[in-house]
Amino acid sequence: MSLLAEMNQKALTLGLPISVHFDITYRCNERCVHCYLDHDDHGEMTTAEIADVLTQLADVGVFFLSLSGGEVLMRRDFFEIVERARQLLFNVKVKTNGVMIHEKEAARLRQLGVEQVQISVYSHRPQVHDAITKLPGSLKRTIRAIRFLKSQGLKVSIANVLMARNFSDQAGVITLARELGVAYTLDPTITPRMDGDTSILALRIPGSDVKHVFHSQELVGNMEEFCAPPPVPGEDIMEGFPCSAGHTACYISPYGDVFPCVQFPLPSGNVRRQKFLEIWRHSPQLQEVRSIRARDLPTCSTCAHVGTCTRCPGLAYVEGNMRGPSTADCEKSFQRTGIPSANMLAGAHGSTMGQLIQIQAAG
Amino acid sequence: MAEKYIARSSAIAARLLGGEMMVMSTADSTFFTLDEVASAIWQAADGRTPLSEIVAGKICQEFDVDREQAQRDAARFVDELSQHGILLVSDQPLMESSP
Repeated sequence: MSLLAEMNQKALTLGLPISVHFDITYRCNERCVHCYLDHDDHGEMTTAEIADVLTQLADVGVFFLSLSGGEVLMRRDFFEIVERARQLLFNVKVKTNGVMIHEKEAARLRQLGVEQVQISVYSHRPQVHDAITKLPGSLKRTIRAIRFLKSQGLKVSIANVLMARNFSDQAGVITLARELGVAYTLDPTITPRMDGDTSILALRIPGSDVKHVFHSQELVGNMEEFCAPPPVPGEDIMEGFPCSAGHTACYISPYGDVFPCVQFPLPSGNVRRQKFLEIWRHSPQLQEVRSIRARDLPTCSTCAHVGTCTRCPGLAYVEGNMRGPSTADCEKSFQRTGIPSANMLAGAHGSTMGQLIQIQAAG
Repeated sequence: MAEKYIARSSAIAARLLGGEMMVMSTADSTFFTLDEVASAIWQAADGRTPLSEIVAGKICQEFDVDREQAQRDAARFVDELSQHGILLVSDQPLMESSP
């Protein structure tokens, strides 16, 4: 077990959060076609409120802090927030589109000791990338930002969200990442909008393309191992929990709402009304999330993939039941191994999603 | 032997978790965990107190360790962390820097 995994295990045993994803704004200078956010400002936390939350997070032991949005640089106090976070000795990762990063901003991020910057790139071709962001010239500006950040010696990674409209450019983005000397990650997950609108799910890549991705040696490493049939799950698997959401990690919105994860819109409290630690320890919603073990999942516990599936409880929740299957992950398990999931065999695969639950302020 | 003064670098992330200090270099992402004794040295690294005084006045007082052995262990620990830029070492007092 790596040192990092050991510390995660320790945080789990102690019941402490070790990672927080903090969206400091939903405002953005791009209008990406697949984005799930409402970009209007409905009363973001002030600089002082965010500083107070950061102090609380440091006090309870949070180490990894992802600052994201929206576009983080839309906040005029962005560097003040990063400075405060670094004074509190967080390991800070910044997620941005890079459009507003010039030499000066890159130098400041380096000076503040940001550990990593993740930048969204959808294509190596401006006509494709800019059509997705709806901001003319955005690819050029994003690539320029990556060069500035690299010249400062910062660790940069490109995040490539895959959709039907940019799927064929995936190899081009990998080549671009190589040319720029940065890491490349891809994500085929498209989630419904915060208002429950599922129309953007039509942007998802079809199953055959998911299969293509999962059978690419370059992307998955040891393909035989990655695509191997799932082993028979042991008792340890059935007693395990799905992911770190609510266990050692959580998400905080610009309005102070706390959720188990950015992809798990279950309102669990609000740091404007309660102390973070009180929410973490006593929120009934987080306690419910923590109580769920693989054996408690009615369909998934009977599935051959139960031990290896990337089942997202947040996406399952959005589909109507946090103990149910996440059909996007059923599809991934199937495309990876060729073995249908229990949910697919039950005939639910491909059905229309039920009523979607929306992000709302915690009561 | 010349005195050593140690200070925590500003290019690190750190957090105490269940008695162990997690430290990561933001420059090269090297990740360390420090046990209780190492954590105590780390927390006392104010740039002004000589290492020998930290060991004699804090480590030997708080932990049941032999002073000579503790000095040797502390020197090795400081060397290792300084190689990763996590601790700054000087034969003169240092000012702690913040981001």
